[in-house]
Amino acid sequence: MQWETVIGLEVHIQLLTQSKIFSSAPTRYGAEPNTQANLIDLGMPGVLPVLNAEAVNMAIKFGLAVDANIAPRSVFERKNYFYPDLPKGYQISQYQIPVVGNGHIDIQLEDGEVKRIGITRAHLEEDAGKSLHEDIADKSGIDLNRAGTPLLEIVSEPDLRSAKEAIAYLKVLHALVRYLDICDGNMQEGSFRCDANISVRPQGQTELGTRTEIKNMNSFRYIERAINYEADRQIALIESGKQVQQQTRLYDPSNNETRPMRTKEEANDYRYFPDPDLLPLTVTQDQIDTIRAVLPELPKQKRQRFQEQYQLPEYDARVLTATRELAEYFETAVKHTQGTPKLVANWVMGDLASALNKAALDITQSPVSAEQLASLITRISDNTISGKIAKTVFEAMWAGEDNADPDAIIANRGLQQVTDSSTIEAIVDEVIANNPTQLEQYRSGKDKLFGYFVGQVMKASQGKANPQQVNELLQAKLKA
Amino acid sequence: MELTATDVSKIAYLARLAIQEDNIPQYADNLSKILEFVTQLNSVDTDAVEPMFHSGHIELRQRADEAKQPSNSRDKILALAPDAAAGLFVVPQVIEDK
Repeated sequence: MQWETVIGLEVHIQLLTQSKIFSSAPTRYGAEPNTQANLIDLGMPGVLPVLNAEAVNMAIKFGLAVDANIAPRSVFERKNYFYPDLPKGYQISQYQIPVVGNGHIDIQLEDGEVKRIGITRAHLEEDAGKSLHEDIADKSGIDLNRAGTPLLEIVSEPDLRSAKEAIAYLKVLHALVRYLDICDGNMQEGSFRCDANISVRPQGQTELGTRTEIKNMNSFRYIERAINYEADRQIALIESGKQVQQQTRLYDPSNNETRPMRTKEEANDYRYFPDPDLLPLTVTQDQIDTIRAVLPELPKQKRQRFQEQYQLPEYDARVLTATRELAEYFETAVKHTQGTPKLVANWVMGDLASALNKAALDITQSPVSAEQLASLITRISDNTISGKIAKTVFEAMWAGEDNADPDAIIANRGLQQVTDSSTIEAIVDEVIANNPTQLEQYRSGKDKLFGYFVGQVMKASQGKANPQQVNELLQAKLKA
Repeated sequence: MELTATDVSKIAYLARLAIQEDNIPQYADNLSKILEFVTQLNSVDTDAVEPMFHSGHIELRQRADEAKQPSNSRDKILALAPDAAAGLFVVPQVIEDK
């Protein structure tokens, strides 16, 4: 039987505020344990939460970017459960009326088709603290620094049909929240983490199968593997006549499998109710309009502009706008070159991207700046060096030679292209004189040997002869 | 609405209240009466009334996003807990995810 996998994702993004959602304590990551939690975060008696206006603005920004409805009035509720890293015994979240409802984002599938993925809602809530299991033998340690950090939980419709689609969606979302500057997207530090709801059904069936939820994943690779594992597990269960149990599971990357969480059945009874400490959150049309007016250019708009303004193919535009930082790098480099955006694109996506990849660096850590890369490209387009020699220069720049200044490297290494035709002619004559056998074969019809002569001339000139001139001269001389 | 002994035990568990088995019938009876009393509200026709989430007619107060280092001392806070070590609150092992 053909099976279809159905996936819906819940993504928690940590909002890039300075202070917590209901208190003025800092949100700084990596501080000494329990030094960034104030009396509100610690759930001390008699304190009251006061909402951080910037967290609301960020939620609205996100809502506008995914064409969602912004609720004129939304409600904070208490989600009640007991866990050592939750000091109050409840998490303040939004339940019945979230601030952002009903939006969508478009993803591109492998075959190029664009698919629209519904966003059911996005709501504001506070994060819990951290439980540490390694530090103290047979006990758990609790660090409440993270308690009260603002989160936006983004819930998708069950519109995704494979692990690949899920990853495509997550990558678009990840780029979007960084473009909006509402989340740093740091997955290792848990700023962008994902729960996946997964079920399978026979192809063609409209009714959904029983789903399981895999909690708390923070790596694209693991999410993809976890979804594939879980879908296979469910299919195998059903095909052997068993049933899928609705449950929460965790993915174990070291064994590549999912396992059920050891949770009491009552654990899902959160008894939400409106938080009496907080009035409904009102958002005015004025506030929405003000935020809309300052929204940055979003990935889709930037992609279209890159295609039009720089005459780039759709593929290039997509790659170059994958992150805001990469797009900025490209545009800075273009600004410092003359009329060669496609050449810049090729360098950024080619040599630069592969060097970054090899060194596991991102674009903001590139040892070659956009301006320096632009100087190098200018030297190609003004014929100071050939494209091939440019690769050598780039490697030297990457290694930090001459402060990554291409002109200094070209001068010090004597890499200027030879365009003086008498110099090239002398080399061509020498090569022809040294290869009488090949010359004879060529003249008797073995056209392929032309490339051999080009190679010999380039070699003799240490790659510096202008290739076009070499071609023209050889063509003329070999004929004679 | 009639609460059963099972309902009472479940509510007590969710609230982490230790209750005596002997008292359960009495709790069930009292809680049922409270619910019954409140259920009278269901007889009011509220079709044309907008849901209300708070009785206050004031706006939610919001603050500017400015971080302040907590004034509370970590040592004093940790001293309130039954157990602490290495700057952490120490609790019985919670390994749900291992």
